[in-house]
Amino acid sequence: MSSPLPIAAAEVGGDFFRKRDVGDLCQAPPPKVFCFDWARENIDRYGTPTVQHLEIVVISVLIGFVVAFALALLAHRTRWLQPPLLATTGVLYTIPSIAFFFLLLPLTGFGRDTAIIVLAAYTLQIIFRNTMLGLANVPAAVKDAARGMGFTSRQILWRIELPLAVPEIIAGLRVAVVSTIAIATLVVFINAGGLGTEMYGEGNLTFPTTVIISAAIVILMALAFDGLLLLGQRLTTPWRRARSA
Amino acid sequence: MIPSFPLGSFSGAIEFIFTPQNSNVTGGNKVGGFDKSIELVLKHLEVTVVALALALIIALPIGLYLGHRGKGELLAVGIGNAGRAVPELAVIALVAALIGVGFKTVAPALALLGIAPILTNAYVGIRQVDPATVDAARGMGMSELKIIRKVELPMAIPTVMGGVRSAAIVILATATIAPLAGVETLGDFIINRNVYGENGLLAGAILVALLALTIEGLLALLQRRLTSDGLKLKTV
Repeated sequence: MSSPLPIAAAEVGGDFFRKRDVGDLCQAPPPKVFCFDWARENIDRYGTPTVQHLEIVVISVLIGFVVAFALALLAHRTRWLQPPLLATTGVLYTIPSIAFFFLLLPLTGFGRDTAIIVLAAYTLQIIFRNTMLGLANVPAAVKDAARGMGFTSRQILWRIELPLAVPEIIAGLRVAVVSTIAIATLVVFINAGGLGTEMYGEGNLTFPTTVIISAAIVILMALAFDGLLLLGQRLTTPWRRARSA
Repeated sequence: MIPSFPLGSFSGAIEFIFTPQNSNVTGGNKVGGFDKSIELVLKHLEVTVVALALALIIALPIGLYLGHRGKGELLAVGIGNAGRAVPELAVIALVAALIGVGFKTVAPALALLGIAPILTNAYVGIRQVDPATVDAARGMGMSELKIIRKVELPMAIPTVMGGVRSAAIVILATATIAPLAGVETLGDFIINRNVYGENGLLAGAILVALLALTIEGLLALLQRRLTSDGLKLKTV
């Protein structure tokens, strides 16, 4: 039932997880859950992984958004494309990220490119679905009114339908960004850095401090992006506030 | 240190799944093969099913109850949002560090990841049921428990099952890194690269992906069976 001790740390992490020197701090038993002294002295080391993490997330979501948005516009015009596109993005979303990384290995190798392709692929489903949903929810009467005022189809799309779909689009984007920030901890397995590099590896099984710090940075980053997007939604849909006020 | 992978690697990986291969670290012992693959698939399934069952037992009643009473929206929806932000790797590492390694600690840890989607979707699904329908059931003399079981839950099945499917996927995916906490799942092929080699790495990825797609397909099938015929007509 139980396997040997998790030697895996040394096996996979030898290369990719960051080495850490605990020194004398908090080494005396009993073991502490969180070592403030070490955290104070070593907080600097989290700068680089945080920046790497941010870069990977932002690039992945941007690529995912552009692709999913374009696909949604296409499927909005060409209805029969919707089921196959939903099914395809659904399959991509179902494949566990670690498996996905290594399935791409023969094509794109270790490193950031593979990580970004996988993370971007994960965002497609939710952004595609929500954009389509938002466009479909625009009342027909509004579109008729616009047509009556002489709007062309293109004008209706960009000036009526898309602005009215902003709440759904941003709702999808929020889910995509928050989950991508969490999943990006796993890109350490494909040697793409990020905060995952601080979550496992040498000695962390007996020293949870670094796991807690890096997890806290991940969660704060998710909260910050979520808040920013919510703010963006409020700014781009002023009529919603007017109605509720 | 980092091996390169030619495009032909996939055939080697398929071979690894079915017949044992030579390894350069086990002193002549062969690694991989069909028996080992099956063993790891079963172990992966075992920890996934146990964790999913745990998550269901905890989250489903709470979600259904809160949805039925129309209470605790902040809690139910907040848990769902917060759950998405939790890094899986940190959960596994922390559980291993603070509580210990092995099946008994990893399964509950994985269950924790499944709770959020199940609870949120159960709540939202029940809330979406037309209040007039619930009132009609109440007027016919149904008890509150019967209303949940016979009226609200059947109508909420697509949303509730959506949550169960999300939970299954996140648990199965995270079970891939369970070897870091001492549970030998399919992730073993991936994580112990030095033992299983490049073929094992790819073989593990292929098996995990196939397993995930199979489970997702089965749950989609189950959802269709659970959805009443009347509701199917409406969505077509």
